[in-house]
Amino acid sequence: MLRYVLGRCVMMVPTLVLTSMLIFTIIELPPGDYFESYIAELQAQGEGVDLKQIEALRKQYGFDKPPVERYLHWVGGMLQGDFGYSFEYQMPVNAVVGDRLWLTVMVSCFTILFTWIVAFPIGMYSATHQYSWGDHGLTLLGLLGLAVPHFLLALVFMYFANVWFGTSIGHLMDPEYLGAPMSWAKVESILEHLWIPVLIIGTGGTAGMIRRLRANLLDELHKQYVVTARAKGLPPFRALVKYPLRMSLNFFIADIGSILPELVSGAEITAIVLSLETTGPMLIRALQSQDMYLAGSFLMFLAFLTVIGVLISDLALVMLDPRIRLGGGSTK
Amino acid sequence: MANDQATAAGDLLRVEDLHIGFHLHGGLTPAVRGASLRIRPGKVTALVGESGSGKSVIAQAILGILPTPAQISGGRILFNDPLDPGASIDIAALAPDSTAMRALRGGRIAMIFQEPMTSLSPLHTIGDQIEEALRLHRSVSHEEARPLTEEMLGLVGFPRPARAYDRYPFELSGGLRQRAMIAMALICHPALLIADEPTTALDVTIQAQILKLLKDLQARLGMAVLLITHDLGVVANMADEVAVIYHGRIMEAGTVEAIFSDPRHPYLKALLAAVPHFDMHPGERLVALRNVPVQTDALVGLRPPPRPRDPGATAPDVLLRVRGLTHRFAVRQSAWRRGGEPPPPAVNDVSFEIRRGECLGLVGESGCGKTTVSKIIMRALTPSAGELIFDGGDGPRDLLAASGSELVALRTRVQMVFQDPFSSLSPRMTVGAILREPLEIHGIGTSASRTERVRALLRAVGLDPRHASRYPHSFSGGQRQRIGIARALALGPDLLICDEPVSALDVSVQAQILNLLEDLQRELGLTYLFISHNLAVVDYVADRIAVMCRGRIVELAPREVLFRAPVHPYTRTLLGAVPYPDLGRPLDFATLTRGGATDPGTWPGAFRDCGEGPPLQPIEVGAEHWVLAHADADARELRP
Repeated sequence: MLRYVLGRCVMMVPTLVLTSMLIFTIIELPPGDYFESYIAELQAQGEGVDLKQIEALRKQYGFDKPPVERYLHWVGGMLQGDFGYSFEYQMPVNAVVGDRLWLTVMVSCFTILFTWIVAFPIGMYSATHQYSWGDHGLTLLGLLGLAVPHFLLALVFMYFANVWFGTSIGHLMDPEYLGAPMSWAKVESILEHLWIPVLIIGTGGTAGMIRRLRANLLDELHKQYVVTARAKGLPPFRALVKYPLRMSLNFFIADIGSILPELVSGAEITAIVLSLETTGPMLIRALQSQDMYLAGSFLMFLAFLTVIGVLISDLALVMLDPRIRLGGGSTK
Repeated sequence: MANDQATAAGDLLRVEDLHIGFHLHGGLTPAVRGASLRIRPGKVTALVGESGSGKSVIAQAILGILPTPAQISGGRILFNDPLDPGASIDIAALAPDSTAMRALRGGRIAMIFQEPMTSLSPLHTIGDQIEEALRLHRSVSHEEARPLTEEMLGLVGFPRPARAYDRYPFELSGGLRQRAMIAMALICHPALLIADEPTTALDVTIQAQILKLLKDLQARLGMAVLLITHDLGVVANMADEVAVIYHGRIMEAGTVEAIFSDPRHPYLKALLAAVPHFDMHPGERLVALRNVPVQTDALVGLRPPPRPRDPGATAPDVLLRVRGLTHRFAVRQSAWRRGGEPPPPAVNDVSFEIRRGECLGLVGESGCGKTTVSKIIMRALTPSAGELIFDGGDGPRDLLAASGSELVALRTRVQMVFQDPFSSLSPRMTVGAILREPLEIHGIGTSASRTERVRALLRAVGLDPRHASRYPHSFSGGQRQRIGIARALALGPDLLICDEPVSALDVSVQAQILNLLEDLQRELGLTYLFISHNLAVVDYVADRIAVMCRGRIVELAPREVLFRAPVHPYTRTLLGAVPYPDLGRPLDFATLTRGGATDPGTWPGAFRDCGEGPPLQPIEVGAEHWVLAHADADARELRP
């Protein structure tokens, strides 16, 4: 077992190296760099440009060096915890991301919790009452959630939240607390705003989750071992939870791999519409302005989370499913 | 225990005028139409019928686990619990998930199922699943339940119950899984055990062991058994009373003696005639319940006429010679389990020959390597060593050395019929397209002639040529197997490898397919390699029979000789384990060893390969009768 874990960890290294090369190449691909787009922007606004200062900055960050050297510098820095310098924000990437990261993680965690709490009972109900009115109705509701664009929902929610509850438009907190130090009032304000993005981002995920849980559970419900459990005299709900539900959870565990990166990146459009202080809009902005360290480091962070997430779900599968743990290809 | 008076009060369970229907397409399709049945305490009642006759539905109704679309539309199921004399419970009137029904289910009435592979949850240890049944019906803690569970595991024959408790089902063989199922059903000491085809999916020696176990436990626990089966051999060995069901109605019921000595109903007589048994005269034909006319003449001329034999030749005309075939499967080195000895070869030094026009039966239990042999002959697997010489009438050729266009040409000469008629036909192709495909692959004929050939093939296997545009799902299992046979015949092969062609089919359909294969062989001069685990079937179709065990052919003899005078201990056990539908020939449970007949440790020294000394070799003990033994073995040991 330990051997397996170690092997998996070693396998992560080449994956990450390849990903970092890919990210670096893609960011390098468009002509020019951050300074060129910066100069263009300033000139477009009719402002003078201090070319000397820019040349100095270019030198300072090694933009005059060949790409390979810059790549090594970037990767080397990341290994030491230095993710580079954001030109746009004029501060280190760590500081730019820092305050947004925990807000993002919070929004995402609540969203995932919301998805699970809603999707599991509905999925189980739909599967056990296949083709009933309840199943059709809930399916329709879920599909509506999947089909309505998030930005539309966001606008509608913002309007009614403002009209009915007097919640301020956009952001994760009242404007007065933006940039303010943490206080109870700020936490209250955040909680007051939080339900809107959680509901909006959650609806789409919930619908997908219900459909998949329903399909997986339906496959399992007709298996012989479910009949065996009933023939034992197990009450229906206990039989459902202990046997088919557990069997249908494998897809859910395999999903954890993709949940981790979603924690920090998910739902950019919604976040922009709602002006949320999360990392999604920041990443998009960084990519637009060729703020290469910010964008590159952020993408790299996502890649790292993906790899870790897949590792976690693989290990969880091994622990939860004895067929994977003990099978090893030796038995049928 | 036994109640000799057949009064209503003395019955453990009475099914009275039971009607069950399925809600389909808006209407109620009847599955059981007024069936009446009684089960006496401490006795085995067999319910016999084909699939679709409603026998499993009755069992599900007794247990209250009917599937959702099914509904009891009339009748009563009266259960008289011996623990509560006087009170008669009508199961048909109870709600399936009511507390009263759940207390009966698993507690007083338990069930075991046909498929031991899928009946247990793969994610829970068998101990956990067995103990669950106990704790549902008795208020015991886990600490008290575990020793009881282990005791039950020991009772059903697990050698080390404490270790078995923590095993997962997929770590166990089919026989052990069925034992675990029996342990689960019996742990609460039910008054009635329903066994739905409990041994159909098992090998014949394992079947005999499970039947013995059921019989022992039934006597020991004093319970009644409702045995659902289509195998009259099992019925003759197990049952006290028999009820025969056909289309949801009980056709005939009575004691097992009365049923076997004097079958009255034509359906029961037909059922008895449809099953191959060992006492058939040479040339005797099975009588299928529903006869399907075939027109093989449409195919005559498809193959070149058989080469006229040299009248002076004395050696048999051999179509395929297999010599020294050995195949070892590569074992994946597991990341966290290394070492251990390499497994023995799946096929070990197998030699035999198939003569032109004969049917060679290859018999063995699951895992003995018989399917591997067929795959090697099909060139789907390349063996580690060995020789395959094929002589299709144009000189001997080495099948294993063939490659390129020579191999493609040789492939038309050897074709295969598969076991599972459901998964061996593509659901996305019409039957016509399935039958045309081999012709297209080998570029035979024009479009028009291919269509003509497809029609001829369908007629030859007894199907309507107009059905060529249908998809496989609109055919029954037997019809699909006919399509599989037609596909194998499309190229006009010399050799047809039939890998368990009737194992997945019902008895009555089985007779149709066996008769079809026989007709085709006679009309087209085909040669068969017929692989099966069912000895009676092989006995019916084969001219010579090879018995395979642990990757080796242990005995090879003409059919009559093998069944009359088997020499090898494995063959003897195999034959001894077949249940006969004849009350005068009960299974000899005493000699059926627990360790399994495949364990060479139980064989006499002459047949055992101890790893040293000269290797085992085939020894001729009679005319064309070969047995795998030591060359210096005492002749007396090799006598039947």
